[in-house]
Amino acid sequence: MTTKDATYNYAIRLGDNALILGHRLSELCSKGPILEEDLALTNVALDMIGRAQALLKYAAELEGKGHTEDDIAYRRAEINYHNHLLIEQPNGDFAHTIARQLYLSVFEYLFFTELEKSKDATLAAIASKTIKEVKYHMQHAIDWSLRLGDGTAESHKRMQKGLNDLWMYTGELFEMDVLDTYLLHQHIAVDTIALKAKWQSEIEKILREATLTLPEDTYMQTGSKKGIHTENLGHILSEMQYLQRAYPDAKW
Amino acid sequence: MHNEHSDTHFQSRIDNGEHIEAKDYMPEGYRKHLIRQMSQHAHSEVIGMQPEGNWITRAPSLRAKQILLAKIQDEGGHGLYLYSAVETLGVSRAELIEQLQTGKAKYSSIFNYPALNWADIGAIGWLVDGAAIVNQVSLQRTSYGPYSRAMVRICKEESFHQRQGYEIMTTMMRGTKDQQAMAQDAMNRWWWPALMMFGPHDSDSPRSGDAVKWKIKRETNDELRQKFIDKTIPQAELIGLTIPDKNFKLDEKTGHYTLSPINWEEFHRVVAGHGPCNKQRLDHHIKYHQEGAWVREAAEAYKVKTAKKELVTA
Repeated sequence: MTTKDATYNYAIRLGDNALILGHRLSELCSKGPILEEDLALTNVALDMIGRAQALLKYAAELEGKGHTEDDIAYRRAEINYHNHLLIEQPNGDFAHTIARQLYLSVFEYLFFTELEKSKDATLAAIASKTIKEVKYHMQHAIDWSLRLGDGTAESHKRMQKGLNDLWMYTGELFEMDVLDTYLLHQHIAVDTIALKAKWQSEIEKILREATLTLPEDTYMQTGSKKGIHTENLGHILSEMQYLQRAYPDAKW
Repeated sequence: MHNEHSDTHFQSRIDNGEHIEAKDYMPEGYRKHLIRQMSQHAHSEVIGMQPEGNWITRAPSLRAKQILLAKIQDEGGHGLYLYSAVETLGVSRAELIEQLQTGKAKYSSIFNYPALNWADIGAIGWLVDGAAIVNQVSLQRTSYGPYSRAMVRICKEESFHQRQGYEIMTTMMRGTKDQQAMAQDAMNRWWWPALMMFGPHDSDSPRSGDAVKWKIKRETNDELRQKFIDKTIPQAELIGLTIPDKNFKLDEKTGHYTLSPINWEEFHRVVAGHGPCNKQRLDHHIKYHQEGAWVREAAEAYKVKTAKKELVTA
């Protein structure tokens, strides 16, 4: 493994997280509970696709085979995607979407704050831009967690269910494999294990204020670093890749 | 005696080219006309998110996806902005939405057509937003202040939408045979409905009289339509698209294009609710509005709770 190869894979992982979450949030367009929310979630989706573009473009450069960010985004098989399992989970109801956003955006805030210090200048620059966006995403998720948790009995119940249902996918956020460790030693990657306690205490604090409870510990699902996903990803890709796959010679 | 609350005084202000503001006197007919027209405009922006939203997840490049997301976000923003402008006339957004969902208020019939292939996203931007701009540029000079100001802002964004739509069509016409076929197919399906967006001929337009007198409407349906036709046909020809009308020709004397008659039977049928997507669009709006009810209730309950807490701590 060279640093370049490892960084390529690292950029792919981060790019896929943004790409697939952007896809999931795009599905919500024109389905928001109020028009303002339609705009807010579309805005987060837009940030995500922008971030995916920057990261996958960087991956394409590192790969050095003349591919574009679109080739990488649209022409891989499921097993070569490395987004977290949490990200590909269906939107569910609004509480479910917010629970996913809360878990992720708090994680991303901590993650990109660290990545900003990366020795890899491109990743550090992307992280620095991303932090500004993530702050907004996190505030949005926290505001809604409070409203739903401490709103009505129904919203409380739905929010707690969303949090509980998704809990088993949160462990994966903090996994470190050989690639992560290799890049960590070179001061390129983030030590995610070190973020876990902080993340959990932040989530706990928010949930307490929202009159919600941290879900009980359970077996944590895993697989995305090896390309093993839930059944959801295949459907996302078949939709997302449709035009690129059906008309391989076309330029858009 | 000078009476600020008389229709004569109102009309003289209009004739002097003054803007009417929310708190100014206005005849009831003027207010009603504005509510109808502006809310229809707001609803059109919101319903228009559906055919375009239908393609975000399938957009064929990351750049295209971002442009489309940004565009739809703009449309939603226009909707919000226009709803606020209508609220200055004394109707709440909740009432306006109810009018939409019960069919009392309309939205532009163009959105009752389906977006079937990727080139439709190009055609919507180029033709639909292109037609809308012609109308909206004219409305920047409309007599009601809040509406006029909304139009100034909206026009800036719409011209960006039209350019990106035309860019999609251009890319596809320069592309493979399949892409060219998609672009032409989109052109064939959107051309006539886009022309219908300007409404019936002046001779058959029942409300035009007052709207022109009150300077809500600054140019007639036929004048605006002709501007659009004259602007758009050369753009189509430039990239090799065929106008789906065997009889269109340029009148050398007037410099205007003439076309075959518009199929008004289709126009009236779609307005009356029998377009390909009328039911789908409204059902979608109602479904997600209803599904979001518990979220709105939660937000309201939380607002009340936190207000009480603040009162206690104060």
